[in-house]
Amino acid sequence: MHYALGDYVLDITQNAIEAGAGRVRVELAESDEAVSVVVSDDGIGMTEEELARALDPFYTDGKKHARRKVGLGLPFLVQATRQAGGSFRIESRKGEGTTVAFSFPTGNVDSPPLGDIPELFRAILCFPGGHEMEIRRTRTSSRGDLAYELARSELAEALGGLERADSLALLRDFIVSQEED
Amino acid sequence: MAKMTLDQLRKLREEKKQDLTRREVEGKEIQVIVGMGTCGIAAGAKQTFDEIVKAVEEYGLGKDVIIRQTGCMGLCYVEPTVEVVMPGMPTVIYGKMTADAAKELVRKHLVEKTLLENHIFDRPAVDIVKK
Repeated sequence: MHYALGDYVLDITQNAIEAGAGRVRVELAESDEAVSVVVSDDGIGMTEEELARALDPFYTDGKKHARRKVGLGLPFLVQATRQAGGSFRIESRKGEGTTVAFSFPTGNVDSPPLGDIPELFRAILCFPGGHEMEIRRTRTSSRGDLAYELARSELAEALGGLERADSLALLRDFIVSQEED
Repeated sequence: MAKMTLDQLRKLREEKKQDLTRREVEGKEIQVIVGMGTCGIAAGAKQTFDEIVKAVEEYGLGKDVIIRQTGCMGLCYVEPTVEVVMPGMPTVIYGKMTADAAKELVRKHLVEKTLLENHIFDRPAVDIVKK
């Protein structure tokens, strides 16, 4: 299931970017008990009515995909958290942004729960657009403790841009090094 | 690998400039792409990558070949995997590419322009591959 977990993180992050966010923050916390993800953005946000619809699998506002008649990202995530005994929470204010938080019990997901972390973070950091992207990764578990933050602007400055293949190779090395205990 | 700071990352970028030119795309027509997902790395893809870089230099192909990394190609059971894209040759995904096999790959595919038998796992038509 770890590929699916990473896909959920990417999916929610993409939603945040498509909501016109100037800044997106992804927090991934891992312990022996749970894997928790919080994605917050300062995008256009939703009214209560829009928020209720966002969880309806057979509704989409049609803005992103003209011919698509379903919006399955959030409903699939809600369903997966329920089935795995996890939790899901979404908060949004019109004009201020949205926060999506979800968690899965560590015992009910594969190990490593988030799959290929360097690849996941590379994908998150390289979403197209001029937004700032921040990642906070923590792990407090019997596998060892970790805590670090990545900011897209700082990494882009240090690497002279994130678009080039050589920058991406160094970015991967950098993330791998941060994964050391 | 010890934890790196942003300053060390900047320094590394400078130090690796020569390495980086190897990965320049412009003017290069041959691509060698190494699968470096978790499965590939666990199977030794880093050694494979290093061996390809070394062999490409030894054969003086640096100016024609771009060596890249990618994620999992979906052939985890035959990792490490290497895809070769080269004009005049079928695009091939090779599997079980140990460091020794990687050296042989550079010689056979890039220099002699023949396929490396027994390591082909995807892409070329069946009638190209000798049994």
